[in-house]
Amino acid sequence: MPWYTRLQNIFRSGKISLEIDSELGFHLAERVDHLMAEGMPEGEAWRQARLRLGNYGIQKERTRDMNVINWLEVAWSDFSFGLRQLRLNPGFTVVAVCSLALGIGANTAIFQLIDALRLRGLPVKEPSQLVAIDTAPDFYIAGSYSARNQAFTYAQVEALKQNQKAFTDVLAFGTDRFDLSTGGPSRFAEGLYVSANFLRVLGVTPIAGRDFSPEDDQLSCSSPGALLNYAFWQREFGGDLKAIGKTISFNGHRFPVIGITPPSFFGVEPGQRFDVALPLCTDNLFAKDGKGRPYQREAWWLTVIGRLKLGWSIERASTHLRDLSPAIFRNSLPAEYRPEDAKPYLKNRLRVVSASAGVSSLRRQYENPLWILMGITALVLLIACANLANLLLARASAREREIAVRQALGASRSRLLTQLLCESLLLAVIGGVLGACLAQVLSRATVVFLNSPQNQVAVPLSIDWYVFSFVAALAVSTCLLFGLAPAIRASGAVPAAAMRGGRNSTATRERNGLRRALVAGQVALSLVLLVAALLFGRSLQKLFAAETGFNSQNVLAASITSSGPAFANEDRRQQLFRDLQNRFDTLNGVVSAAPVWILPISGFRRNERVHAENDSASKGSKLAWINFVGPRYFSTMQVPILAGRDVTSRDKGNAPLVAVVNQTFAKVFFGGQNPIGRSFRVEQEVGKADLLFQVVGLVADTKYRELREQIQPIAFFSIDQQPQTPYNRTFVIRARGSLDTVARAIQRQVADLNPTLLIEFKVLDVQIRQSVLRERLMANLSGAFGLLAACLSTLGLYGVIAYMVARRRNEIGVRLALGATQGNVFALILKDACIMLAIGLVVGMSASLLLSRYAESLLFGLKGNDPLTLILAAALLVVTAIGATLIPARQAARLEPVAALREE
Amino acid sequence: MGKSNNDKLQGTLTLLVLRTLETRGPLHGYGLCAHIQSVSTDLLRVEEGSLYPALHRMEQDRWLSSKWQVTDKGRKAKFYAITERGRAQLALEKESWERLTRGVSQVLQYS
Repeated sequence: MPWYTRLQNIFRSGKISLEIDSELGFHLAERVDHLMAEGMPEGEAWRQARLRLGNYGIQKERTRDMNVINWLEVAWSDFSFGLRQLRLNPGFTVVAVCSLALGIGANTAIFQLIDALRLRGLPVKEPSQLVAIDTAPDFYIAGSYSARNQAFTYAQVEALKQNQKAFTDVLAFGTDRFDLSTGGPSRFAEGLYVSANFLRVLGVTPIAGRDFSPEDDQLSCSSPGALLNYAFWQREFGGDLKAIGKTISFNGHRFPVIGITPPSFFGVEPGQRFDVALPLCTDNLFAKDGKGRPYQREAWWLTVIGRLKLGWSIERASTHLRDLSPAIFRNSLPAEYRPEDAKPYLKNRLRVVSASAGVSSLRRQYENPLWILMGITALVLLIACANLANLLLARASAREREIAVRQALGASRSRLLTQLLCESLLLAVIGGVLGACLAQVLSRATVVFLNSPQNQVAVPLSIDWYVFSFVAALAVSTCLLFGLAPAIRASGAVPAAAMRGGRNSTATRERNGLRRALVAGQVALSLVLLVAALLFGRSLQKLFAAETGFNSQNVLAASITSSGPAFANEDRRQQLFRDLQNRFDTLNGVVSAAPVWILPISGFRRNERVHAENDSASKGSKLAWINFVGPRYFSTMQVPILAGRDVTSRDKGNAPLVAVVNQTFAKVFFGGQNPIGRSFRVEQEVGKADLLFQVVGLVADTKYRELREQIQPIAFFSIDQQPQTPYNRTFVIRARGSLDTVARAIQRQVADLNPTLLIEFKVLDVQIRQSVLRERLMANLSGAFGLLAACLSTLGLYGVIAYMVARRRNEIGVRLALGATQGNVFALILKDACIMLAIGLVVGMSASLLLSRYAESLLFGLKGNDPLTLILAAALLVVTAIGATLIPARQAARLEPVAALREE
Repeated sequence: MGKSNNDKLQGTLTLLVLRTLETRGPLHGYGLCAHIQSVSTDLLRVEEGSLYPALHRMEQDRWLSSKWQVTDKGRKAKFYAITERGRAQLALEKESWERLTRGVSQVLQYS
């Protein structure tokens, strides 16, 4: 009989037992026949037969043992015994399972995110061969940079492709949003510009239609096709195969659909989805002059991934690219670069990094926070374990007698130990299963939190082997953490002492030592978590409190895009934007409206090299941030004009170039003197004359790109003096009343003026909140976990104190009878708690100081060892802990001595 | 006949059972018992019940196969038969038994 029948036999003991009975019964019957044939009377024959068989019970038992896997049977009985124990104590079971589920669930949720962003290989052919081209340290970049990931210029990619020997092939891609709408509200698809070999290098084939062909790599493509992502195809075409060959509109251009990518393929960026891939040359098509970024040598927009040839390691490829770098950068030097740009540019070096898990900006941004959150959730789990250990210790002393009886009946210590551990393991497994379910909700909620209209996050969360083994490992280690010590304790009891029963005041001292240590440890861990929560919370608060310099409340940003030949003429566009401005100005509910080129705190930026007119160029230019605004921009944003005037509608065309500067600009370029009437030069690319601007106004400082930044010198130019009027213009609109109503009114006006215009709204307040998403995530999650930790450890402290008061009723009764006052007893109990608290605080404080360094890079406006935060956290913990102690202490003090002593 | 006899027998029980089944073909437990006793002219007597754990273990090891059959007297009995694995095991057991007896008798004959 193979092992699996022996396994089955465990669960059909009844049948086995019957079989053995009939086998032994046959034996007896035969023997009786034989003996009676020899002349023995029947009764005597039966006696003889049984005698010769031996002890029937033992023989049967031993025979049965041969038919089952013994240890497994023991485990099975332990398991059912454990289940019975848990059912007998529903209160304990619920508390234990819930705290474990919370702890394991939080850990698993964070781990799933890490797994999706970091650990899991891309669902493509041989992902381990994929590497991303990366920059060596001190990499110099000048020009326009538009990419989430490490990006390069088209010229660099071409130079790399021609010279490299390390890769079988190299793919390049850029990211963009394509507008699906042909008029009215914008509807965006997440798009990729890809080299024609994109899918081939990854080893992915379309499930329908065809891949790009090498001709699609030609820069003058006239009618490129579009590859659709499976989910997008389902969404837009309902999964209809007839979609292939149909056309679809992106940014006002029509593209034939040529193929569909497989459902599992999400591109090479975990955390981002893509809807559609177009060939690189499409960027030229979208450019109004037909010369897009492939022609611009200072446009950094392409992320590059190569597939290593067999036998090439990452190190070898890195060395190879470093050696190639001088040639690559010489061949791709932008003509516009001035010598001071060219020199560092030519010193640039490339290297490669593994891309087996893809490239991800989300990973870069969130990897550190996720590891920190992982640490935080691990601490929460530890606290939960400590709590459970305490509960189990308490239960162990309640079960002392039961265990002593079993020992006395001959149970070995190891047998008892496995039985007790089996109970813990049951708890851990139930907690783990619930936790894994909880994690699915938590991790998805986190992803939803990270989503914003500007940045569609799509993290493929699923339970893979990594996650499964993580949960299993977590369950087993927690079981050992909280179950082992109490089990060793309980199984080591001396039966005689336990059987004697009654209160034993001397033996408790040592036993409570472990419980006290556990509580002190919990206090220490919670302090660490509270410090983390407060650090992130206060950091966020500081970010929000940070003066943006403008009033973002009730401000709507409407971005309007014109397209098509109707607006090819610059004058037409200027006229359009003037018409829009006029309509907005008279609209009901609009306080004021003004155009702006770059919306503040949007993450976009533009800087230029500037020097004051009187300074000679040799003295060196400095970087200043620039923006273009229209009249009344400052009053709309409620930025005070401190001196001079606003830009006006007369600052246009050939009128002298004017600028309004902020205070920091005046400080940096004019030494803090009144800048009105002074001039400065903005350097242009090589071969063009500098532009001379006259300062006409001074405004208060404002933030430009993000809340975290230091105030930068900013020059605001007149939007009517922009070198080329773009097809797109953003208006900031200060509204009265509901923003929705105003948005609808604006939409009607825009559609009324021209139905082909595209429009996208942003609420400035929301945009600012979105810009500190990471900080909000950290503050919210660490806050929640800190709170949970504080609750758990307060509960633990209360439990231990209450338990000790109960154990010491006798002693307290004696003390009270001998004349101790209620105050004495109260102080006695409180002192006990305070010692644990103090030890916990000291340990926790040191741990916090040690650990907070790792969070420092994520903090704004305060250091990791911020004294106020430490004091606040400690105070919070002391107050709740003392509060939790007061109840049992009061109970002890009010003890009726006679009643307490009578129980003896 | 003391308990020591039984203990000594335990080690050789496998050998006896396998050998008996090899020569006599399928037998039930009682038949095995009776055969061993009669062939050894009652020299070897076993606490009959201890045969069954051994039989079940050997069946687990797949040296024996078993079948429930009705005997001549109309009783249901479990018949054991030796398998290929059992024959291989028998060869091993025989060899080690012969080695043991040879060794023991050499020690006994030494003077």
